[in-house]
Amino acid sequence: MPSRIYLDNAATTPVDPQVLESMLPYFNEIYGNASSKNHSFGWDAEQAVEQAREQIANLLGASAKEIIFTSGATEANNLAVIGGALYQKHNGKTHIITTKIEHKAVLDPCHYLKSIGFDVTYLSVNKEGLIDLNELKQAIRKETALISIIAGNNELGTLQPIAEIGKMAKEANVWFHTDATQAVGKVPIDVIKDNIDLLSLSGHKIYGPKGIGALYVRRKNPRIRLEAVQHGGGHERGMRSGTLNVPGIVGLGKAASLCHANLAEESKKISSLRDYLEEKIMQNIDHVTINGSTKHRLPNILNISFAFVEGESLMMGMPDIAVSSGSACTSASLEPSYVLHALGISDDLAHCSIRFSLGRFTTKQEIETTFATLQKTVSRLREMSPLYDMVKSGIDLSSIQWKGH
Amino acid sequence: MYDKKVLEHYSNPQNTGSLDANDKSVGTGMVGAPECGDVMKLQLKIEDEKIVDAKFKTFGCGSAIASSSLATQWVKGKTIDEVAQISNKDIAQELSLPPVKIHCSILAEDAIKAALEDYKKKQD
Repeated sequence: MPSRIYLDNAATTPVDPQVLESMLPYFNEIYGNASSKNHSFGWDAEQAVEQAREQIANLLGASAKEIIFTSGATEANNLAVIGGALYQKHNGKTHIITTKIEHKAVLDPCHYLKSIGFDVTYLSVNKEGLIDLNELKQAIRKETALISIIAGNNELGTLQPIAEIGKMAKEANVWFHTDATQAVGKVPIDVIKDNIDLLSLSGHKIYGPKGIGALYVRRKNPRIRLEAVQHGGGHERGMRSGTLNVPGIVGLGKAASLCHANLAEESKKISSLRDYLEEKIMQNIDHVTINGSTKHRLPNILNISFAFVEGESLMMGMPDIAVSSGSACTSASLEPSYVLHALGISDDLAHCSIRFSLGRFTTKQEIETTFATLQKTVSRLREMSPLYDMVKSGIDLSSIQWKGH
Repeated sequence: MYDKKVLEHYSNPQNTGSLDANDKSVGTGMVGAPECGDVMKLQLKIEDEKIVDAKFKTFGCGSAIASSSLATQWVKGKTIDEVAQISNKDIAQELSLPPVKIHCSILAEDAIKAALEDYKKKQD
């Protein structure tokens, strides 16, 4: 089997060997329950958990007590959005502001809140994928409980102006949550400077294990309170009951500390490989469009549409290269990506979109191989594409009356 | 995820290319829409009520490409009446298409029908 190339790091990342190593003793050597307060098995586990809390806090500019462990970013988002909104309801605040390009783990909790009587504003984005700060300002009301805006979009990599949003939220006395699952560890985030009140992150997007994540919950200026979503033994200051996943937490802590130590250097390396791939594509393949902002973007993501070539068939033509597509054919819903749709990208180009997401272990050689395979496959499929034929012979595709189905 | 036959047609599609659409003996069918993610162009060259050649070009997923490739294989050598009987169910069954890909086989059936219709119009 030819060696495979993994360019789907926005979906998940491999566990860093150093992370794995840090976790191993916590499966069968230091296996105590971190909540066991009366023996050393428990104390040892608790000590490891507290160290991890510190490591994660350091990455975010937070203090350790502000880190709540969850099963992942989906749970962290649910806890922030639903738990935050339910608490704020006691203060008569029943309005949520979010965007149309959030991950489903924020959108669906917002839909749920709407179903139980909250009002939700979904901000639009421009063709670059960025929100309009004036529109945000105008959306804020006296009963606004929470603003939840994704830091770095998972499909496009587009980075929202988090610091400006934080400042605006602070001035309006509205809580600000950001889903930073993709952004954490890749771009600098400082919860104090950026005025972030709640922040979700996940282990498996930053070379940590799956099944662990965290929510930063600000303790001062203002003190954020949440209603628990999961009830039980009162762990994590009552905000998230459930026995702590000690090996996962240790791994998440280690992953955070590695990101913290190498952030600038690693982002530079990854973005230069990403830019190289982008340049090769733009210079050598015609009819391609980059989706989302190229200026405000995560270092590792390239989302690009190859016109006249359907995304799923392009991926099929590169079976040894793992990427993602916004094509409907790759989704269970048979609808093309709602994120691309929100940018005003036409459905035909959404069907042709491919997301390359690079990572810590991506090499130049892999990028070279990817480009060569991509170029060959695009050209083969275009030879087979009636649309490419028509465009080459000067036909304007938009002038045709298509018989859709 | 895919049946072997889909992969085989995708990797080695049969009868790709174009026939002269202005030729009176050629019927051209173009179905689907770019915004739906698939467009199929199927052409039949017909002599004495028989399909003597078939070509396709398809923009779409692997199953759409496989469905059109299979359709061109099946129509060759058949009479107009026989070809008109080919149903999407036969194509879907042959390629073991999963439910979400059935529309690809429907598109192939529609493309055959559209090509026959175009041919018949030209004969009037």
